[in-house]
Amino acid sequence: MFLTQTIAILWKDIRYELRSKQTWTGMGLFAIIVLVIFNFAFDLRVDTMAAVAPGALWVAFVFASILGLGRTIAAEREKGSLDRLLLCPVDRKAIYLAKLLGNMLFIGVVELIALPIFMILFNLPLQAGPLLLIVALGTMGIAAVGTLFSVMAAATQARELLLPILIFPLIVPVVIGSVRATSDLIAPVANDPPWLGLIAAFDVIFLSISMLAFEFVVEE
Amino acid sequence: MALVKQETSVTQAGTRRHAAARPIGLSIPSLVLLVLSFVSMMVSIYMIFIYAPTDAVEGNPQRIFYFHMPSAVIGLCAFGIIALGGIMYLWKKDERWDWLARAAAEVGVVFLTFTLLTGSIWGKTIWGTWWSWDARLTTTLILWFIYIGYIMLRGYMGHTFASARAGAVLAIIGVIDVPIVYESVNWWRTLHPQAVLPLGGAPQMPPQMLLTLAVSSLAFILLFSFLMVQVYHLQKMQTLAQRLRASLE
Repeated sequence: MFLTQTIAILWKDIRYELRSKQTWTGMGLFAIIVLVIFNFAFDLRVDTMAAVAPGALWVAFVFASILGLGRTIAAEREKGSLDRLLLCPVDRKAIYLAKLLGNMLFIGVVELIALPIFMILFNLPLQAGPLLLIVALGTMGIAAVGTLFSVMAAATQARELLLPILIFPLIVPVVIGSVRATSDLIAPVANDPPWLGLIAAFDVIFLSISMLAFEFVVEE
Repeated sequence: MALVKQETSVTQAGTRRHAAARPIGLSIPSLVLLVLSFVSMMVSIYMIFIYAPTDAVEGNPQRIFYFHMPSAVIGLCAFGIIALGGIMYLWKKDERWDWLARAAAEVGVVFLTFTLLTGSIWGKTIWGTWWSWDARLTTTLILWFIYIGYIMLRGYMGHTFASARAGAVLAIIGVIDVPIVYESVNWWRTLHPQAVLPLGGAPQMPPQMLLTLAVSSLAFILLFSFLMVQVYHLQKMQTLAQRLRASLE
């Protein structure tokens, strides 16, 4: 029952996004442009590549995520469909989970487009398996907090401004963990702290809290 | 709505009577707190600059520590009050907890800003740099950003019930996040070993220094309490005023 509801809401959002297509292409292009800008900003050469590339990748991902997260509930609010969604006899946790999965899916698609371009532009042949795991865990952490806060920010006049101000300080552990784990793939460091464990712990903690707290935030 | 109106009119009458009796418009407990914090501040300034001995290693800049440490502790604890107020608000649905949380945010951010400023000044003279990405400093800065985010969110959302709930959730997430931030920055910095710098006073302070620290802490706590009471009443009045305005429209 819970799962059916979640999938129904998720499917509604996927169909909505598939019809518009604007968010997908916009976020993907944005991520690639950030990577190109970084190339100029840091004047990348072979010797500095390993130090700068993971940071560039994650800044691009975080910025692109914010663009996508802002749309979580803003469109629903503008069209007035949020009230109808809340009137449905659906558990609030199912709504949160559907929105989270939707955000992870959209950000994930953008990341899958940006990753090969990143490897080509920065000339870094990386193992796909571990990198995808880091990207998936990191994205989950950003989306878990981001989905909750995008609902809060959407209730104000200044949502585009407020969303990054609320989210960036909170996701610092995810950013640190993801960047470090990615740079470990490029140049392994001995006795490195368990970065993946840090991100996974962050994901579990904030996924559960956000799921419980969602009902307090979404009600009018 | 009628109930709310009645309540507000009673409060209005109450404040008017207060204002008529005392020109400053402060209640007696507030006045006592004001006087106490003023006196303790004067005493602690005397103790910090004249009574306390000069530190053998750091010299005079060490005296910043008497301002820095109490305000840092209060700035941190104030966020605890915000989170506590948030949890109690979600639990009891009593607005007074929200006013407490909001007051703690607006006063706490001042203390935390002061902490960052005094820490920087001390760091410049002792470490030779305004800032270092050490776990404590970085976490304080991140906490400061969370404070600002909280105040901005509450400011944009006004004095509504939705605003109180959103603030409570933000505070709870923040209070859980801060230790994780500290730990992750700690791990991150272990890769770049630095000279271990002692933060603040020497491990064994002479009794005069300890006494100065205690008096200065007391002064800061009294000042914080005084400001908390004032901002709490301000929050209460703003909420009632907004509700009154909404009922007129």
